Amino acid sequence: MIDVLYFAWLRERIGAPKERVETNAETVADLVTELAAKSDAHALAFSDMKSVRVAVDQELTDLDASLKDAREVAFFPPMTGG
Amino acid sequence: MTTRVQSQPFDMGAEVQAFTKTATGAGAIVTFSGLVRDEGGTLTEMEIEHYPGMTEKALEAIRAEAVTRWSLTDALVIHRFGQLKPGEQIMMVATASRHRSDAFQAAEFLMDYLKSRAPFWKKELGADGQTWVDAKDTDEDALKRW
Repeated sequence: MIDVLYFAWLRERIGAPKERVETNAETVADLVTELAAKSDAHALAFSDMKSVRVAVDQELTDLDASLKDAREVAFFPPMTGG
Repeated sequence: MTTRVQSQPFDMGAEVQAFTKTATGAGAIVTFSGLVRDEGGTLTEMEIEHYPGMTEKALEAIRAEAVTRWSLTDALVIHRFGQLKPGEQIMMVATASRHRSDAFQAAEFLMDYLKSRAPFWKKELGADGQTWVDAKDTDEDALKRW
C-alpha cells in the first residue's frame, strides 16, 4: 500500500488530498499510468506531466524513480514558495 | 539555527533582534522579508498551501546548505502558510556571517531555493476568482547561478 498525496491544483482536480492505493508499480511513471486510468478526474490531473512534480517519501525526485520500499508519493505543480 | 513553518504572523523586528543577540562571531547580518503584493488592488487574499513534513525537511536542507557554503555563523528561515492579506509578510530570512558579502549571497541563495524547491503553492483570490500562481521559468533559471 502506498499513500498518494496531491497538492494545489492536482488536489483540486482529483477532488481529494490523499488516497491509499494497492499497487505493484515499480516506478513513479508506472504509478502515474495506473492512477490516470482510475477516473476522468485522474486522467485530467495527469494529462500534462510537464507541469507535475513528484516527491517520494518527501524527497523531490522524477518519474524514473523507483518505488521500492516507498510509503508516500506526492504529486504537485512546480513550487511557488518565497 | 532555525527554520519555522507557521500560519500565524511573525514580528520581524523581534525576530531580527533575537537573531542579532545570538549571532556570536558575526560582523554582518542581512535580512529579507517577502510580502503579499496587492496587485493594484485586485488581490483580496493569498492562500498558501504546503506539504507538512516535507516542507520542514526542505527548508532545513536549504538552510544547512547555505550555512555550509558561505560559512555562516547563523541563518534563520520563517515561512508562513494559510490565508494572508495584501501587505502581510509571507516569509523572512536572516543570515549572519563574518563579512557582508557572504551574508548577502547566502540570503539570495536562500530566496532562490525557497522559491522553487520548498513545497509551497500560492493561490491568489480576487474579484475575478481564484488562480494558482504559476512558477516562472526565470525562477528555475535563477538556481543555475549557484
